[in-house]
Amino acid sequence: MLLEVPPLLEVKGLKAGYGPTWVLAGIDFAVAEGGVTALLGANGAGKTTTLRAVCGMIRTEGSITLAGQPIQGRATEDIVRLGVAHVPDGRGTFMELTVEENMRLGAITRRDKGVAADFERMFELFPRLKQRFRQQAGTLSGGEQQMLAIARALLLRPRLLLMDEPSFGLAPLIVQEIFGIMARVRDEQKVSILLVEQNANLALEIADQAYLLETGRIVVSGPAADIRQDESIRRSYLGY
Amino acid sequence: MNGFLHQIIAGIATGGIYASVALALVMIYQATHHVNFAQGEMATFSTYIALTLVNAGWPFWLAFVATVGISFCLGVLIERVLMRPMDKAPVLTHVGLFIGLVLVVSNLTGWVFDYTVKPFPTPFFDGPLLGGLVSGHELGSTAVTLVVLGLVYLFFRHTSLGLAMRAAAFNPVSARLVGVRVGWMLALGWGLAAAIGAIAGIMVAPVVFLEPNMMLGILLYAFAGALLGGIDNPLGAVVGGFAVGVIENLGGTYIVGTELKLTLALVIIIGVLLVKPSGLFGRVVLSRV
Repeated sequence: MLLEVPPLLEVKGLKAGYGPTWVLAGIDFAVAEGGVTALLGANGAGKTTTLRAVCGMIRTEGSITLAGQPIQGRATEDIVRLGVAHVPDGRGTFMELTVEENMRLGAITRRDKGVAADFERMFELFPRLKQRFRQQAGTLSGGEQQMLAIARALLLRPRLLLMDEPSFGLAPLIVQEIFGIMARVRDEQKVSILLVEQNANLALEIADQAYLLETGRIVVSGPAADIRQDESIRRSYLGY
Repeated sequence: MNGFLHQIIAGIATGGIYASVALALVMIYQATHHVNFAQGEMATFSTYIALTLVNAGWPFWLAFVATVGISFCLGVLIERVLMRPMDKAPVLTHVGLFIGLVLVVSNLTGWVFDYTVKPFPTPFFDGPLLGGLVSGHELGSTAVTLVVLGLVYLFFRHTSLGLAMRAAAFNPVSARLVGVRVGWMLALGWGLAAAIGAIAGIMVAPVVFLEPNMMLGILLYAFAGALLGGIDNPLGAVVGGFAVGVIENLGGTYIVGTELKLTLALVIIIGVLLVKPSGLFGRVVLSRV
């Protein structure tokens, strides 16, 4: 193809880490505009580290571009203001604040008039947040906090949504609900999703493209459907 | 009986000063988990600025507003220049920095404005009201304190900037992830604390007279108030500040005498830390996992 659409997020030779050593050994990947890209791997493979690296929360080397614009080395708040929302590991709830204040914080950088309408949309996606609107966010259940974290991220009106293990620690029914909402959001809102998951089966169902991380390296990449059908990959890396 | 009532009212008036300074301490504590020991010295410096402006012929309230503005900027400057580079330093570094700040600001004040004790004008009616129950200055300064506390409350509860500042204090990592500029929120917090301290200094100076160590005892009472109410709870700190003012006045008049009044602050500090370290209104954060 001569006229290929450039990816929304393009990462090349990315190294990232916390102390003096690198967790990521220089990885390449891309997130296409308008789809779901899954990043799979076992515990400690570097999935969370990758998301943190993309939004400038840790030390990095290499190149990260968002819609052609380099963002490597920039401050987290500046990257967020370019339209990158992050549903972090541990959900990042502002425990002491109310559900309403948590949601208002999601839209705190916005100056447009659409915020009120977006609040209504979040209530439609997550009716439970409306019931709990005035409640202290620390009193929500795990599933409700996950919904709040997603709502907070969507209220930024992001172009790119980074999701760190949305299924973690939740009952299967709630996980299904959350993945259903993710699919809706992808279809109805113009947002691309980079999804980190340990539950590979679940992630490959919703994803278009997938990458498999093993101890800081990408070992497999390709269309999600192909990976799902490849017995040997499934057996050796995904364990199902 | 009238004397007793007067002691309570006078206690509430000085308690308002303690409440303001306690609030300034709590604001910085919430964001950084450090107690700014230099809060009092910064307030004294601000009060000298106000006196200089008044002596230069400025109308009192214009000097008041200008001083609050200047103090705000100085607070922001101190955070940006001194505190920012120490962002990730260990606790002892911060303690050292605060002690250094106390000495530097205190000596700077003496050097610039000299060490003699100076009278400070009150903007209010200077005399007894309600048959000697309360002085004009006590009534006026309490009103100013209550207005300031009310405005601070409204700012943090009902503005986006106030919400962003609370978010930055409670959870800086998540705050960055929604695009809040956490570093600037800290600097604003320092500015606000300095401005509140300046108002407390201006309101107390007509009572205790102005000299470079004017706020030393007041900071101790304020700290006792903040601990009593709960060092992580602004509303608690304010209530604690008022309570300490009343306790100090009654205790000083009827129990220990004026010479040993400051000991009461220490007794309160030790007592709270022993019996209820989180303070009377210390926030218990509910969280389910």
